[in-house]
Amino acid sequence: MKVLKGNVYDHVFDTIKILLLLFLVFITLFPFINILAVSFNDPLDTITGGITIFPRIFSLVNYKDIFENPHILRATLNSVLRTVIAGLLHTFCTAMVAYTLSRKEYIFRIPIASIYILTMYIDGGLIPTYFLFRGLGLINSFNVYWIPGITSAWNLLVIRTYIKGLPESLIESAKIEGANEMYIFLKIIIPLCIPVLATIILFTAVWHWNFWWDTFLYCSSDVNLSTLQYELMKKIQSANSAFSGTSMADAFSRADAAMKSGGSVTPKSLRAAMTIIVTLPIVMIYPFLQRFFITGLTIGGVKE
Amino acid sequence: MTTLKTPFKQRLWNQRLLILMSIPFVIHIIVFRYFPIAGWIMSFQNYKPGRGMFDQEWVGFKQFQLLFTDPYFFQTLRNTLAMAVIKLAMGTFFSIFVAILINETGKGIFKRSVQTISYLPHFISWVVAANLVLEFLAPKGLLNGFLQLIGVIDDPVLWMGKPELFWWIIGWSHVWKTCGFGAIIYLAAMTGIDPQLYEAADIDGAGRLSRIWHITLPGIKPTIIILLIMNIGRLLEAGFEQQYLLKNGLVQDYAEVFTIYILRYGLQMMRFSYAAAAGIFKSVVSVVLIFTANKISERLGEETLM
Repeated sequence: MKVLKGNVYDHVFDTIKILLLLFLVFITLFPFINILAVSFNDPLDTITGGITIFPRIFSLVNYKDIFENPHILRATLNSVLRTVIAGLLHTFCTAMVAYTLSRKEYIFRIPIASIYILTMYIDGGLIPTYFLFRGLGLINSFNVYWIPGITSAWNLLVIRTYIKGLPESLIESAKIEGANEMYIFLKIIIPLCIPVLATIILFTAVWHWNFWWDTFLYCSSDVNLSTLQYELMKKIQSANSAFSGTSMADAFSRADAAMKSGGSVTPKSLRAAMTIIVTLPIVMIYPFLQRFFITGLTIGGVKE
Repeated sequence: MTTLKTPFKQRLWNQRLLILMSIPFVIHIIVFRYFPIAGWIMSFQNYKPGRGMFDQEWVGFKQFQLLFTDPYFFQTLRNTLAMAVIKLAMGTFFSIFVAILINETGKGIFKRSVQTISYLPHFISWVVAANLVLEFLAPKGLLNGFLQLIGVIDDPVLWMGKPELFWWIIGWSHVWKTCGFGAIIYLAAMTGIDPQLYEAADIDGAGRLSRIWHITLPGIKPTIIILLIMNIGRLLEAGFEQQYLLKNGLVQDYAEVFTIYILRYGLQMMRFSYAAAAGIFKSVVSVVLIFTANKISERLGEETLM
């Protein structure tokens, strides 16, 4: 083995390393590229299989079908609304509580912090939560998308840690000049916290954009409250339930039926197009996400 | 400290704005996070909706007895733990693996591109990821196409219909979605390792692999332990979205996890008290796991969470 030491050994190591990293890149991107190709391919042609990187017969029919569907348009609107409202409101309110907890003289500082921290460990569970929401009139209501998550313990700790790192003298001098707590929060703390607040807005927004479980649990009987993720989820569910039909022959005969029925759009191609539509906003804000999340993570890592 | 001499009422009045800025949200948190815990009493009842919380038939521990004698409950417990352990082990291993690969690559456009791409799956929803997995494993999907091309199989395999593979599909799709992002935290830990250690190793003539084994891995050991502890606390969560989206009738017996079990008994079969009892079991075990893991790490003299 001595021969392998030194340069040759390093060379082998580097080659294997680069091959592995290239494989990581390939395995990460290929499913997306494939689904993109399928979404732009003629749906009937897709059934015959073999689409990899490029569409074989280019077609916009899948996207056309989706954008002509009023339910999907409504669901898109709901997704955007919940993402924007919840992202901004959550961050603002959480930051406000975080600020009060950063004030050492605040008499309720420790009880409030404890109340929040405990929620990180104990969860009431699905059924009691469902009945609580029902009692509060949140079932089949848009409010269920933003009211339950107005503040959260984790983000509170992250913002508080950040505020504690700011120079105390800024707040002291503002106080001497007679500024009240609300003024200090709005005019001093918020501008200084932009990096951490931007991180939390983005993360909360991505979370809301991606979430479908609450639509499923609380709003599934009202199509006007549907979200994009939930619409895609329903399509995946119906594809899965086809498995209960057990056999491969079954799957193929359904594909045949789809071809013969003359319906130009197949569930598979629709799912592909919807997947692209749902993923696109994430890819678009990705550069911003990337810039901020390292900051967010390092701040989050600093726990007392 | 002058504040200590100020009477309590006076301090309350002085801090009225701070109180106004926080107490409404504390009330909100108490309603949304603590009221459901108070709702646990329904598991000692035979809860019927439409009546008040205390106007119910009390049945003692009957729901828990039913729960602990239900064979499906143990099946669910097995599935939940099995998938959680598989995901934890595979996720941790591959995150560290990717972190080491990236760490061994010098700064440059290649390193940055690999990192940027590897995070992407973390930010997409499980709904999208599930669709990619299903397409990849479909009878006419990419995997079957590839395996047929290189002649490993003759006929397409219905991967999603094989119960014995389901746990591993969950494990591998978890790795696909999380290993790049999971690597960040280990990479951050690696930057904290003293470069002099590597220089000393170079002088001693240590190879790349032995540097990784003797310096990098021991250097990130506290991070590995702290993340393992955090994840052990969430063992019973096991992620329900992934299982819910990928499961189908053929693999039902291996796919059902706690949250799905609770959902099925509670909101579909209307056995609310029974499902609430199952939920309590899950919450209580989770808390016990967190505290146990924390105690263990305290004993080991490692960093703790609380």
